[in-house]
Amino acid sequence: MAITDDVLVIGGGLAGAMAALAAAEHDVQVRMITYKQSTLRHASGLIDVLGYTPTGDGPLVDPFEALEAVPAGHPYERVGGDAVREALLFFDAIAGSLYAGTHTDANALVPTASGSVKPTARYPSAVASGLASDDRDTLLVGFETLPEFDAPMAAAHLEAAGVPFAVRGVTRRFPGIRRDDAKVTRYAHLLDRDEDVDIGRGATRARPALAELVRQALDGERRVGFPPVLGDDNHDTVRRDLEERLGVDVFEVPSGPPSLPGMRLEDRLYHALEEAGVRVTTGIPVVDYEGDGDRIDRVLVDRKGQQVPYAAEEYVLATGGLVGKGIDSGRERVFEPIFDCHVDHAADRYDWFVDDVFGDHPFARYGLSVDHELRPQDGGGDREFDNLRAAGAVLGGYDFAAEKSGSGVSLATGFVAGDRAGTEVSG
Amino acid sequence: MATDTEVLVLGGGSTGCGIARDLAMRGLEVTLVERGNLTHGTTGRMHGLLHSGGRYAVSDQSSARECIQEVGVLQDIAGHCIEMTGGLFVQRPEDSDDYFQQKLEGCRACDIPAQVLSAREAREREPYLAKDIKRAIAVPDGAVDPFRLCVANAHDAERHGARIETHAEVIDLLREGDDIYGVTVRHDSGPGKRTHKTPGTIEDITAAYVVNATGAWAGQIGAMADLEVAVRPSKGVMTIMNIRQVDTVINRCRPKGDADIIVPHETTAILGTTDEEVEDPDDYPEEQWEVDTMIDTLSELVPILSDARTIRSFWGVRPLYEPPGTGTEDPTDITRDFFLLDHEERDGVGGMTSIVGGKLTTYRLMAEKISDHICDQLGHRATCETADVPLPGSENLEALDDAMDDFGLRSPVARRSKQRLGSRSRAVLDTDEPNPVICNCESVTRAEVQDAIEQSGSDLNAVRIRTRASMGNCQGGFCCRLLGNELHPEYDEETARAAYDELFQERWKGERHALWGEQLSQAMLNYALHATTYNADADPAAVDGSVDFAAFDGGQRDSRDDPAGVMATDGGDPSQPSRRPGRGDHSPADRGGDR
Repeated sequence: MAITDDVLVIGGGLAGAMAALAAAEHDVQVRMITYKQSTLRHASGLIDVLGYTPTGDGPLVDPFEALEAVPAGHPYERVGGDAVREALLFFDAIAGSLYAGTHTDANALVPTASGSVKPTARYPSAVASGLASDDRDTLLVGFETLPEFDAPMAAAHLEAAGVPFAVRGVTRRFPGIRRDDAKVTRYAHLLDRDEDVDIGRGATRARPALAELVRQALDGERRVGFPPVLGDDNHDTVRRDLEERLGVDVFEVPSGPPSLPGMRLEDRLYHALEEAGVRVTTGIPVVDYEGDGDRIDRVLVDRKGQQVPYAAEEYVLATGGLVGKGIDSGRERVFEPIFDCHVDHAADRYDWFVDDVFGDHPFARYGLSVDHELRPQDGGGDREFDNLRAAGAVLGGYDFAAEKSGSGVSLATGFVAGDRAGTEVSG
Repeated sequence: MATDTEVLVLGGGSTGCGIARDLAMRGLEVTLVERGNLTHGTTGRMHGLLHSGGRYAVSDQSSARECIQEVGVLQDIAGHCIEMTGGLFVQRPEDSDDYFQQKLEGCRACDIPAQVLSAREAREREPYLAKDIKRAIAVPDGAVDPFRLCVANAHDAERHGARIETHAEVIDLLREGDDIYGVTVRHDSGPGKRTHKTPGTIEDITAAYVVNATGAWAGQIGAMADLEVAVRPSKGVMTIMNIRQVDTVINRCRPKGDADIIVPHETTAILGTTDEEVEDPDDYPEEQWEVDTMIDTLSELVPILSDARTIRSFWGVRPLYEPPGTGTEDPTDITRDFFLLDHEERDGVGGMTSIVGGKLTTYRLMAEKISDHICDQLGHRATCETADVPLPGSENLEALDDAMDDFGLRSPVARRSKQRLGSRSRAVLDTDEPNPVICNCESVTRAEVQDAIEQSGSDLNAVRIRTRASMGNCQGGFCCRLLGNELHPEYDEETARAAYDELFQERWKGERHALWGEQLSQAMLNYALHATTYNADADPAAVDGSVDFAAFDGGQRDSRDDPAGVMATDGGDPSQPSRRPGRGDHSPADRGGDR
């Protein structure tokens, strides 16, 4: 006997979580199966919708206007602009005060750890005071043991990008960090718990110690940016506490992996999944399926070498793209490993890329082709299965990295796929 | 006439650096010029095999004897650059018994220790060898890091007063009548250590004697003074695996052929190679079939290679040479011996000798012989010391092994750092400053990166060859930008960014040949990380056109000091949306990546 639910979502990243939550709105039993840690941990935590058009124009002030004009086959074209807005509203309700940016359709330009700015539709509240269109002078504070964020370098880069404010960077030693290779979570936990630290001037606590060394560096700036390590569970408290002590606004500068803002979002989504009654099964890969050709009867997961069946009426495939291994490849071909859904790609692997590192790489667009209901299509444009939908980076036809559209596509297609699957079951 | 230097060495590969060190130690004034980084030509593009001589034991016994002698010397003087892995010549059932016997006898005739292993014994040593192998011959092959070796030679030459100029391309030979008296070089930036964006200069360097040690490029240099040096450049591919499938050098025991060697190298294993003559050492095709041949053919020896992850491929050009009139058809058959061409004897043009042919394992011996020749020409009496005096980093290595000091680093990081730095470890790593890891794949710390920057300026490829930073699994996806950060503030932001872009692009070149499976996934991650999070592909600091910041969301300030509140409202057209570079107008596919 297979373990049976109404809707089965495969993949636990942003698209999978959205699909599961949207399906659960229909009062059906939803299960989400995830294998590895989701790529949210690699993500900056920014929720971008569209920063540049598919032909490279931008940065776009209004992503919603521009996404109406994407070419046929693009995931936004498949679901339509209204669905993108609806999905974003759905996300906003889940994210609550963790995120900001709902007050306007305009993109924000967020300074990131390199000192560049990135267009995004939503951003963590912890980032809100750092926006590049806010003209207050800025101090960036980096730490000697966190080479990912070099504050003086980032400050100089921001000035080169032409930001409308003066920005300065300083590097300090983080109070209470003894090992040069301490993980970012160690920094966050020092502040979360406001631990005792010894900075050579008698006992003090982590937050006042940090505030003190920043106060000494301040020279009239009205806001201070840090690498994204300002607390984990209590990040709101940590930030407010530092703001009170310093009398200026405090923000985080989004960075690469491992990323606390990405982890905080993951925590929020998983909390919502629990509240919605979604059953979450983690740590096992879906490896195969059984069906009659038109419909999937059940999928098989690998549990310690044993193939265990899970069945549902409707399935959502949200296993990610090349990074998340929802799309895989060998020397001869690019493929979708569970259902072997069609992935359009060049026959010769030397045609999968171009020579410029930031060129228009075909591989960046590899993924499934889907109909307007997000059902994967074979090479001839026919449905692969009646009860399978796909969402997120497993989809093809767009370059999320160039467009800065990865989160928006995951939200919109996850929402639509989950909503349709739930509708099918609830009738 | 007073000259700028006594001896001018052209070429910063192993031969040129070896000559510079040798002559500087003999008390001569030496200048070395190299058009790229040290090792930029052939040295940085070899498979890393330290030849016991076994590979030449049948076809070229004099080379084989030189190899085994020099391996002994390098163990004494370059311990931190080599790893004595041992090697196996593996016979498959379809490989000739006669040849196996010739190989064994050849090794013994050349004093190369050789021992026959049964298939079972060979597989005990290397468990991933194919189950159906017949038997093997064990020889004392090893692995050498050509970058570290070359840099150590150059560094020691400098300590003995030599001037080393990288990124200084020879654009003309200075010749008057039948005498060559120097060169004209174009400095990419400088002179001195390379700093990006510093305007280059043209410089004439005169010398009492010129050594053309440019290997595959020796013909091009000769032509500048109407001299013919008939090098026959021959390309070979090498494919790098992300782990060491073998800890011993694995050779196929058969006469010749493509794809017959696997060299364990640092954290990787390198598969080699092909042998195809090319017209121009700077412009030849890098082809898919070559990479596929490496994997498919070497899988016959080590089957797990067929599904293993490769991280990049690179091509090198051998500087093969044979005396005029020899007329060998197949480049595989051309001798690996080296030739010293005195242009006075040969062409009646004095002041210059070219050295061609040869191989890295015997670089020191070649350097000694040509240095003897130059001393004769200049009437300088001094003896060679390079066989006895350890290179910087290889002094008292036994003492280092005994030292328990990990310099505050976790032991895997400390161990890897000490392997690279050898006896320089204390001088580089013993710091009171925080010393975080900058490159995780290769365990390279800030102190080691800073040491390399001190040696080589803002050139991160030069930092890479010194430290291995960005040469691991992620191919710089995570560390390139961090390495750029390390240049700041000594170098300004624009320079640091240019250096990081250059390294990132260079890493991509070799990675293109490994884009399937895990490495395609890694490539997408690297691309996504840089383009998504850092917007590096459309960075307003790098693209033309300005951004209308006021049109974008300025936040909802609740509080502190700005009564104006919301800064920007909805909509508003961006003044002139800038267009990203790269889309649709790609830069030409220039020469492939380094290893």
